[in-house]
Amino acid sequence: MTIKEKEKQNYQERFNQVKPKPPIFKNIIWAFIIGGLICTLGQYIQDYFVSIGFSKKDAGGPTSAVLIFLGAFFTGLGVYDELGRLAGAGSIVPITGFANSIVAPAMEWKREGYVFGVGAKMFTIAGPVIVYGTVTAMLVGFIRWLMG
Amino acid sequence: MAFVIGGLICVIGQLLMDLTPLTPAHVLVLFVVSGAILSGMGLYQPLVELAGAGATVPLPGFGHSLVSGTLEDIGKYGFWGIFSGALRATATGLSAAIAFGFIMAVLFNPKG
Repeated sequence: MTIKEKEKQNYQERFNQVKPKPPIFKNIIWAFIIGGLICTLGQYIQDYFVSIGFSKKDAGGPTSAVLIFLGAFFTGLGVYDELGRLAGAGSIVPITGFANSIVAPAMEWKREGYVFGVGAKMFTIAGPVIVYGTVTAMLVGFIRWLMG
Repeated sequence: MAFVIGGLICVIGQLLMDLTPLTPAHVLVLFVVSGAILSGMGLYQPLVELAGAGATVPLPGFGHSLVSGTLEDIGKYGFWGIFSGALRATATGLSAAIAFGFIMAVLFNPKG
């Protein structure tokens, strides 16, 4: 091993020692609590739609719409990203986080104009999610159609 | 049950973000695709029966909706159901996301 390689290795070891590690246990607890609470809120909203006559399955759409409204609104107010600092995946993985991923970059890039700023940046994260989700669903459907 | 299962799905996402180099965007894509595949194998619906919103509100539930809509339309229209089902089943959520997302981005400005 040349001296240079050895130096590089030492540096890497030192780097791994001093690099801040995410407080994994704390992160998990908060993700669990906040994620769980958002789903519980979703359950209450869904139960409300069922109580006014939607079937359990048909209540899914309006429930998502209400949660998306809340996620988008609180992102606009700047509250959702504060929550995200604590909750991590607990605020990203629920559908409210999907709404957050649309509003946050759209707002941020507004100065680029309403077409290339707001219109395009809305889909920075939502775009890939919709593309890969839809293509996978069609592929799954195609396979199931072949199987008859 | 919605609390426990919903919370656990978020914990999986948190572990992926902390222990792998995956970004939140990667995790969301991975979750939608996983939900769609599990749904295609018939494994996601039992979770929905068990956990209700705990399974439908996290992003894998979006993948599940895409697939169950597709399979439903294939049952009705055959081959062309592959093209109509996914977006029909998720139309309410997607329209809401586009409309509310746009309105909020226009109305509000980023803090700081």
